[in-house]
Amino acid sequence: MSKNKIDSRRRQAVAKWEKLRNNPVPFIYIGAGSCGLAAGAAETQAAVEEYLKRKGIDARIIQVGCIGPCYLEPLMDVQMPGRERISYGNVMAKDVARILHAFFDDGEIPKDHLAGHFGEGELDGIPSFYDLPMLKPQVRIVLRNCGIIDPDDIDHYLARDGYKGFEKCLSMTWMDVLDIVKRSGIRGRGGAGFPTWRKWETCRNTESDQRYLICNADEGDPGAFMNRSLIEGDPHCVLEGMLIAAYTIGASQGYVYIRAEYPLAIKRLKTAIGQMRELGFLGPSILGSDFSFDIKIKEGAGAFVCGEETALIASIEGKRGMARTRPPFPAVSGLHGKPTIINNVETLGTLANILRNGPEWYAGFGTETSKGTKTFSLVGKVRRTGLIEVPLGIKLREVIYDIGGGTQKPFKAVQSGGPSGGCLSEEFLDLPIDYEHLAEAGAIMGSGGLIVVDSDTCIVDMAKYFMSFTQKESCGKCVPCRVGTRHMVEILEKVCDGKAVLADLDKLEKLALTVKNGSLCALGGTAPNPALSTLKYFRPEFISHVKDKRCPAVSCKNLVVYRIIPGKCTGCQRCVKVCPTGAISGPRSEPHNLDKSKCIKCRSCYEICRFDAIAGDAIIIES
Amino acid sequence: MANGGLFAIMQEFKGERGDLIPILQRAQDLDGYLRPEAIRSISRWLKISENEIYGVATFYAQFRFHPPGRHHLKVCLGTACHVKGGEQILAMTKQRLGVDTGQTTADGNFDLDRVACLGCCALAPVVAVDNKIHSQMSVLKIQKLLDEQKQD
Repeated sequence: MSKNKIDSRRRQAVAKWEKLRNNPVPFIYIGAGSCGLAAGAAETQAAVEEYLKRKGIDARIIQVGCIGPCYLEPLMDVQMPGRERISYGNVMAKDVARILHAFFDDGEIPKDHLAGHFGEGELDGIPSFYDLPMLKPQVRIVLRNCGIIDPDDIDHYLARDGYKGFEKCLSMTWMDVLDIVKRSGIRGRGGAGFPTWRKWETCRNTESDQRYLICNADEGDPGAFMNRSLIEGDPHCVLEGMLIAAYTIGASQGYVYIRAEYPLAIKRLKTAIGQMRELGFLGPSILGSDFSFDIKIKEGAGAFVCGEETALIASIEGKRGMARTRPPFPAVSGLHGKPTIINNVETLGTLANILRNGPEWYAGFGTETSKGTKTFSLVGKVRRTGLIEVPLGIKLREVIYDIGGGTQKPFKAVQSGGPSGGCLSEEFLDLPIDYEHLAEAGAIMGSGGLIVVDSDTCIVDMAKYFMSFTQKESCGKCVPCRVGTRHMVEILEKVCDGKAVLADLDKLEKLALTVKNGSLCALGGTAPNPALSTLKYFRPEFISHVKDKRCPAVSCKNLVVYRIIPGKCTGCQRCVKVCPTGAISGPRSEPHNLDKSKCIKCRSCYEICRFDAIAGDAIIIES
Repeated sequence: MANGGLFAIMQEFKGERGDLIPILQRAQDLDGYLRPEAIRSISRWLKISENEIYGVATFYAQFRFHPPGRHHLKVCLGTACHVKGGEQILAMTKQRLGVDTGQTTADGNFDLDRVACLGCCALAPVVAVDNKIHSQMSVLKIQKLLDEQKQD
């Protein structure tokens, strides 16, 4: 398709989008990202369909991606003809009829479950969605379309200036594009923060008949889902970024390497790639230029190490995903020995925005050395969990308290950067989030997982968790990583079981440094970070496990006991029924007995006691 | 299942080394696991030794070498699920089903896996049954879920 045809298609798309804004029939938007679906969005949608059918109402249902505040899932937005789009949170199937009834029968805007509206300012006392405490401090650049557009409809993307960044590229030389990316100051969003332009320049300047571009969507960090949400909510922005990158480095073949655990994201990508091909954004001579490019999807088969560049390449080549020594860097010799650029989903998703709005605009966000915005998945024990995008340099406190709403129990730590990152204690709350400050504190930016933990979480257990994760995921090629991580896990297990001695902690630290310095790739090189940072900032907690045989968070199974408080127990027998081992006994209406030798500490009795609240908290766990 | 389906799949590929993992994935979709016969056919066709194919396949967590159960149960132990009590949910599931992770129950009803992250961290802890994700689980909710599945 030529440039002229694209322009006319865009005009149609804009008209379609305007029509969507001045909708002739009511529109109902359902947040149908993976997390929305997990929260029950499919049931909510079925209830909406059922309601509309029963009432004979002509309305359209549009599935959108994740807008961010996962704690409000499932989200349902209602837009009456010519009115603003109004968002409702935690809408379960049973709530649908009541909300829709108010709109359609009473002509009112129901206040129940109300989250906000998508227009400007205040509307009949309804706050703007973007003024919600979780949204207000955010700057949405990469996520600008997520939850707003239908990700399966390329026209929505086109109408919101989609592919304009790429079109601008085509009118420039690759050197001009490289210069724009350089001036924007964007650094790789996959974790290491290497300047994007420098990698590209190396690749372009390497003589070769073939170059490759790979989009790294192997989001393996447990606790991180930014890339999944972005692809599910706005696949075209990532694909447009791939076009821009491929044009600059001179690649003719691209791959998206994506986790097989993300079926919805893969489906959305496939649809989007089909649409690009149809409109001539992929294939030979794109938009009449001499630039040709195509994209293939490669599904990862479940290996964390494949997020590492050289292991990822080995996996695409059909081999075991094992890292190799660098140099040569993939930018010089990568896939099939050809120059290859591997960029993270978020890096690619940002590019079109930089091209459209200019590098100075982008560099206006963030700090001197860390420009722009970064998406984070804010999860764990915060009140408001979800996907956020903030300018770099923002303080941890603002993210955890202003956006996340703080923790219910006292804040203990925030873990940044997944299994390669570190745990930061309260004293770091005023630390600006940028590449340098996080690294200095012993954590890393990583891909953007922020896991907040409170006083209920045992920090030793947390370190053990991450170490056993990297130990399992170690590819086994080099000894420090393969053997060292295993021994580190064993020591941490001893600490959690109350069987360690103080000398073990020194051994752990020494071993950690060996693994850190002696490993071949970043997996081993960063694997000890969780152990090192927790030892540094939370040593007293380790010591109380070792010396007092106590777990202050009352979490380590072998250091806690379950006890029934006779004065509080009403003898309701609920715990007797749920106990899987018959450890609790006693007649009705009399305080029950708990046989500690039979107790497997499964927590069932504790949960049912609190849940049914007849006796309330008659069962306690103590250390 | 006969190898007919597998041959049809292989037709879609060029037969390059890089096709190995996608073919294994498709073969597993077909049978639910990697049958030794399927690996033999793939080996002959791609001219890669069976030994090497097993080497690649066992490296990746996705591949199974035993027939799966009727329901596929995955307990998520990503970081968020872990801090919100995922371990206890896994322990309870193991106890109720009488199997360890990577195994299938004697009646062939369930197979159990632990996974690193399903990407629904904001709704932790989560459990997936046949790709349907159940959010904000507890040791009580998982028991109810297992009971419901048994009745199906």
